[in-house]
Amino acid sequence: MNQPAPEGLNAQVLAWSEADLGVEGRVLDVVRAPATVLSTVGEAVDPTSAESVQLAADLVATMRVSPGCVGLAAPQVGVGAQMFCVDVSEHPKTRDHHGTFVLCNAEVVSSSRNEKAREGCMSVPDLTGDVKRASRLVVRGQLPGSGEEVELSANAFEARCLQHEIDHCQGLLFVDRVAGAHAIYARQTYL
Amino acid sequence: MSTLHAVTVLGHDRPGIIAETTGRLAGLGLNLEDSTMTLLRGHFAMMLLCAGDTPAAEIESALAPLTDDGTLTVTVREVPQESGASARGSSWVLTVHGGDRPGIVSSVVGRVADAGGNITDLTTRLAGDLYLVVAEIDLPAGADVDAVTAAIREAAAELGVGATLRPAEADEL
Repeated sequence: MNQPAPEGLNAQVLAWSEADLGVEGRVLDVVRAPATVLSTVGEAVDPTSAESVQLAADLVATMRVSPGCVGLAAPQVGVGAQMFCVDVSEHPKTRDHHGTFVLCNAEVVSSSRNEKAREGCMSVPDLTGDVKRASRLVVRGQLPGSGEEVELSANAFEARCLQHEIDHCQGLLFVDRVAGAHAIYARQTYL
Repeated sequence: MSTLHAVTVLGHDRPGIIAETTGRLAGLGLNLEDSTMTLLRGHFAMMLLCAGDTPAAEIESALAPLTDDGTLTVTVREVPQESGASARGSSWVLTVHGGDRPGIVSSVVGRVADAGGNITDLTTRLAGDLYLVVAEIDLPAGADVDAVTAAIREAAAELGVGATLRPAEADEL
């Protein structure tokens, strides 16, 4: 029997894993700015289509082989679609988390408690920047495969990661959100 | 009466430039006011304002040893006192990014200037093929922000780059 989900977490999302997709993920090349796809609003996807299921598996597979990667959005692998994967479970700034999951057509339902922190991105490998984002977040989206609509509450680093990935799906990079002219930095360390 | 001098130091980076510059200014009894320093493509670049009674020529000769090895350029000139912040409208942050090409900054900030917008801080970075501009902008009271945004977007689209204008947030504590 499954353990009950910790309070506030979505049990269905927590229980999801890429094995549910039933297809082997392929490792794709990650594209870098100034690729046009990164600045283009992604198309809504049919989460139940075979194409979406394969893309979901590919995103997870590509995230897994990328050191330090906690999330990857479809535009980052050259696909202008509203889909991303997330897994912040190993990150030290994580408080609560839902493990590995993929969301399609995700949108922010509500957000609060802004905090500023420094972000990087595999698609902007040479820069980091200070970005203010909500640390409490409710997100709605669909799971790939089943297409089931889910709503989940995220906090701390998982909330930040979700906002970063949803931005990708809307054609926005973290540099579009930096706090000011002195909030951009040359990256000091590469993961 | 105390006068204000602008000092610039530019050139090859090495440890100790700031220590030596500020040490020599302190030796003249000058008081550092605002300063900024960064590396531009690895080049040391510093500007500072110092206040005191020392004439420009004396500051120049005190800083001359910095230029001895020929890798640094130092300039000193007297500047008037400015009154500081004027009547403010609203503050914005502009990001422009895309493929590197000449004219990105001039085209986009031209639209800001057309709207009477004043750039109060600017950083540009070239990282690989990615050109990034982040500017902090004061727009005059009553500015049509939607029209400014549209004008900036139009200039960016002509260059094949993206632009985002958003309010600069300050949390008053």
